[in-house]
Amino acid sequence: MITIWNNYRYLFFRRFTQIGLLILYFGANAWGWTILMGNLSSSVFLKIVPLSDPYAALQMLAAGAIMSVDILLGVFIVAMFYLLIGGRAFCSWVCPVNIVTDAAALLRRKLDIDLVSKKQPASRNMRYWVLVLSLVISFIMGITAFEFISPISMLHRGIIFGLGFGWAAMLIIFLFDLFVLKNGWCGHICPLGGFYSLVGKFSLIKVKHTAENCTACMRCKTVCPEHQVLYMIDKESLPVLSGECTNCARCIEVCDDDALSFSIRKLINNKKTGE
Amino acid sequence: MLNKMKNKIVSDRRKFILNMARGVGIATLGGFVWSAYIDEATASQLILRPPGAIKEEDFLKTCIKCGLCVEACPFDTLLLAKPGDNKPLGTPYFIPRDIPCYMCPDIPCVPICPTGALDESSVTTDGELDINVSEMGLAVIDDESCIAFWGIQCDACYRACPLLGEAITIEYKKNIRTGKHALMTPIVHSEICTGCGLCERACVTEKAAIFVLPKEVAMGRVGNYYIKGWDKKDHMRLENASEIKSTTEISKKSAIDSLNSGLEDLY
Repeated sequence: MITIWNNYRYLFFRRFTQIGLLILYFGANAWGWTILMGNLSSSVFLKIVPLSDPYAALQMLAAGAIMSVDILLGVFIVAMFYLLIGGRAFCSWVCPVNIVTDAAALLRRKLDIDLVSKKQPASRNMRYWVLVLSLVISFIMGITAFEFISPISMLHRGIIFGLGFGWAAMLIIFLFDLFVLKNGWCGHICPLGGFYSLVGKFSLIKVKHTAENCTACMRCKTVCPEHQVLYMIDKESLPVLSGECTNCARCIEVCDDDALSFSIRKLINNKKTGE
Repeated sequence: MLNKMKNKIVSDRRKFILNMARGVGIATLGGFVWSAYIDEATASQLILRPPGAIKEEDFLKTCIKCGLCVEACPFDTLLLAKPGDNKPLGTPYFIPRDIPCYMCPDIPCVPICPTGALDESSVTTDGELDINVSEMGLAVIDDESCIAFWGIQCDACYRACPLLGEAITIEYKKNIRTGKHALMTPIVHSEICTGCGLCERACVTEKAAIFVLPKEVAMGRVGNYYIKGWDKKDHMRLENASEIKSTTEISKKSAIDSLNSGLEDLY
């Protein structure tokens, strides 16, 4: 029992925050709760604090919208949180699509699909292309380009306000991740993930590897949705500094040898290691 | 040996250029499909927005799709477009025949908007919120299916209107068919009507004979060519007018000649 807890404790907390946030949002619309109103695009916490999606605001800026004070303040709060503290934690601790893609990744491992299709036919840098493309289209068309097709918004908005055909988008992502490309949506295409990869690069909370404890079982690399960030496993004791790490902590909890843990990045050390 | 190395360098460069070209190719393909979809998805014109909504074109780029206006609406009038509604995804709208806008005096949906897509100043008079100046749309009457135009007495829309006697008035006319009765027909006044849709909701016909359309759709536009000579304010526009000689086919002849020509020069 204790090992099960140890192996899934962060996963439990992540599902708790993901689903808990959705319940708070849902309650705001359905029963008039005022703890967290709105949705992940923009919300109001306790009727006072504005919170806004910085990527959506960036598209608005590119589209030529006039930015209100509320949005700028909300963007500032959210961006500062991920920039200074959370890193790319949005993806694994908040985003509801993460539950869908994690399920696809789990099934993919269980069905041994990874063994058959080892070579990934696409680059993980694609998301940065999509990110740039979304801003270019926003600029040219004068419209927030990604917000009109975002499956993330479709899902969380759908859960709060009614899903419509949003389930189809989820099915597409699930099947795509399962059969076409491992970690296809979250790890290759999603521009919001790409955006937070850039924003979260310098955050304080980082996963740290202790090579002396490592037995090279590679379980961490199997479960990691961005396994390229764990390049140092069994080689060097380094913090995971890549912004693409979602701080999901799956690597920490599956490690039975105490070789991975959360740490607060030391800014001075960091300069010495050069990264 | 040297030759081989040289070959390798060239092939690396080729690889890089090819990779970049591939990226550009995919981005162009994706970009055009993406733009085309958005162009289609935002083309739908027949959408009624919440009170205070700014011009549709600006609304689409400014609305962050948070749904706070929808949550603020006490009558569940406002809906958030979901996939399958065939409306720009995530933007608020309402269907008056289902639930019209009940025109709350405190307009809870507008001040809560974080982006200004719902503009408070457009529904404010003398520093106070005033729902009566909002322009969500304009009620339009199909006089063929409106039973009041048949001679049947019905003033459901007139009675339902929250701006009773202002936005909709009743006109008395002689009923020529019977010769001894009156027609009492509704008229909508565009400068007063807010487009709340209470009339559409109240209309007794199977499909409403009075219905709200976005103002942009429901109204024509005169342009600058015509001036109301009897209206002093409108007449002022003439003061800044400059003389422009038009040189169309018709204007080559004098006006009288053109009118007497059997209009063949129009075709």
